[in-house]
Amino acid sequence: MMTTAVAHEVTYLEAISEALDEEMSQDERVFLLGEDIGPYGGAFRITEGFQEKYGEWRVFDTPLSESGIVGAAIGAAMMGMRPIVEMQFADFISCAFDQITEMAAKNHYRWGAAVPMVIRAPYGGGVHGGPFHSVCPEAWFFHTPGLKLVAPSTAYDAKGLLKSAIRDNNPVLYFEHKFLYRRVKETLPPEDFFVPIGEAEIKRKGRDLSVITYGAMVHIALEAAEQLDQEGIDLEVVDLRTLSPLDRHTIVDSVGKTSKVIVLHEATKTGGIGAEISALLAEECFSSLDAPILRIAAPDTPVPYSPPLEEFFLPKARDVIAAARQLVAY
Amino acid sequence: MEISKPEFLQLYYYLLLTRAVEERVTVLYRQGRIAGGVYTSHGMEAISVGYACALQSDDIAAPFHRDMGAFLVRGITPGEIVAQYLGKRTGPTKGKDGNVHLGDLNRGIFAFVSHLADNLPVAVGAALAFKLRGESRVVVTNTGDGGTSRGDFHEALNLASVRKLPVIFFCNNNQYAYSTPLHHQMAIQDVVERAKAYAIPGEIVDGNDVAAIYLMAQSAIQRARAGGGPTFIECKTMRMHGHSEHDSAKYVPRELLEEWKKKDPILKAEQSLKQLGYVDDVELLEVRKRVEKDIEAAVEFAEQSPLPEGPETLEGVYAETLVEVLA
Ligand SMILES: Cc1ncc(C[n+]2csc(CCOP(=O)(O)OP(=O)(O)O)c2C)c(N)n1
Repeated sequence: MMTTAVAHEVTYLEAISEALDEEMSQDERVFLLGEDIGPYGGAFRITEGFQEKYGEWRVFDTPLSESGIVGAAIGAAMMGMRPIVEMQFADFISCAFDQITEMAAKNHYRWGAAVPMVIRAPYGGGVHGGPFHSVCPEAWFFHTPGLKLVAPSTAYDAKGLLKSAIRDNNPVLYFEHKFLYRRVKETLPPEDFFVPIGEAEIKRKGRDLSVITYGAMVHIALEAAEQLDQEGIDLEVVDLRTLSPLDRHTIVDSVGKTSKVIVLHEATKTGGIGAEISALLAEECFSSLDAPILRIAAPDTPVPYSPPLEEFFLPKARDVIAAARQLVAY
Repeated sequence: MEISKPEFLQLYYYLLLTRAVEERVTVLYRQGRIAGGVYTSHGMEAISVGYACALQSDDIAAPFHRDMGAFLVRGITPGEIVAQYLGKRTGPTKGKDGNVHLGDLNRGIFAFVSHLADNLPVAVGAALAFKLRGESRVVVTNTGDGGTSRGDFHEALNLASVRKLPVIFFCNNNQYAYSTPLHHQMAIQDVVERAKAYAIPGEIVDGNDVAAIYLMAQSAIQRARAGGGPTFIECKTMRMHGHSEHDSAKYVPRELLEEWKKKDPILKAEQSLKQLGYVDDVELLEVRKRVEKDIEAAVEFAEQSPLPEGPETLEGVYAETLVEVLA
């Protein structure tokens, strides 16, 4: 844990810690709760040193009770606190399902009680976690009105989006990708900055076709773009950053410009975020499309453990390259 | 109740085998040969060995992640276990899952999911099937102390108790759930207190005493078979390694580990075996040698087994055929 003063290089993981630290030091209402987040610092050490700094109550180690933890966070949020729940792994969020989809998501709509809270969910594959430590569960919640969903791909976005999520007046599910924790780094500005919820970002401008994606797949798309560049194919990479509410304008504008699109995500294909984006594009961009909308996603299976299986399961840059060539030739 | 020499020797063999399999797997992990995590039952082997040996072949074991012994007793071979860790096609999940996330209906052992306590209502459901069909089969399941904080645990106990289902709930109370000590997990000292609320008879047993666990499991199983309903058995023990092998467990006081090291279940079993006059050192050594041989064969089997191929990812999402289960 470090406090920021000058521009400095941090990992995605450190960016998350910084956002928590800054918001906790600026706002007494912000507190953390979760399993093993206290002296241990959390399964991924994101809150290392936090309990020493903020005490046992603001860095609250809980029993092993996801539903209880999320429910308690909702209650505290309604009483004016700003709780941040850490799921040890996003996979275990299913144990808190009804508190999230029934209580947190519906409170404000039914009786005007806002639930300003964040659930941090370390998600995603590529770390040999097998079926229960790799899942991308965002689509379960994408289908639930009343929740906001964010999924940063860079250290800058990780920090800026978490700070915005903490200040938002709604329940925000914050999907932090485990594969990116220590693999992506960036120099962050010294001053307080925020990434607004609901705004996608063009991570690479391009002419020939748009790749709409988020999370770890942004890096896959950028890798594919580098290689395709040598063939004279110019990819535009749209990083959604926020999944709910979707930034329809950026999506539609990009595809309106390039006329061809790949929708890419790591989560399984059927009923995924990509299905919604494809439908949106069919509704709003039909006349500007020059080729079918292509989706690249994991196959409809659980995330397998054995390395050759997981390798097969996860979308790769080569999949994007093949699809891009196909679209360009269309 | 008395424990016979062959029974005790069987318990002893599985204690040693469990330890040896996990030690070998840990070595493979340190060598970077295992892609995923390794969670051992080091120092807690007596629990799952004890309860599993008390089962008959058509009963069901519904273990959790500290129950390597149960897998071995139910007939999952050490070779299959190592293959599973290595992600090989010959592991019981054919590479789809890792560590002890495995099971086999034909060998009467359920695969658990990571989500703690999820396996308990499922165990209760198996017992319900037995009750519905008027069979005298039973289910034994196990959870950690941490797992008892989840709703599924409470729902399972309640469901089992109101209908007196033939299920035995074990609890491996090893004093920590990952880094969380028991006093942050619950406001009671004995997990067995939880069973009282559901009118389930509860017992506390030395979790490092394999014979005591075996005998207690036997009597609970007998009661369940006779229609007496569930029993809750809390095993007092200590997690001697980290939560998983990547965790140095600095949060556990060293003195506590030193104290529990003296109570090692294998040492304890050896002392009892000798006290009972069942074995001498020569016989103990023979068992050790047998285990060593089994382990070497297991590693060789696993290493020579093929990895699955990518497209196998797509297989088995839906059931096309039904595994004929023991009936
Ligand atoms: C629902 C759920 N939440 C969190 C986890 C992550 N996790 C795995 S094991 C563990 C601790 C388990 O403690 P306990 O039940 O006491 O069993 P032990 O590992 O000590 O044997 C945790 C928190 C999980 N597997 N499932």
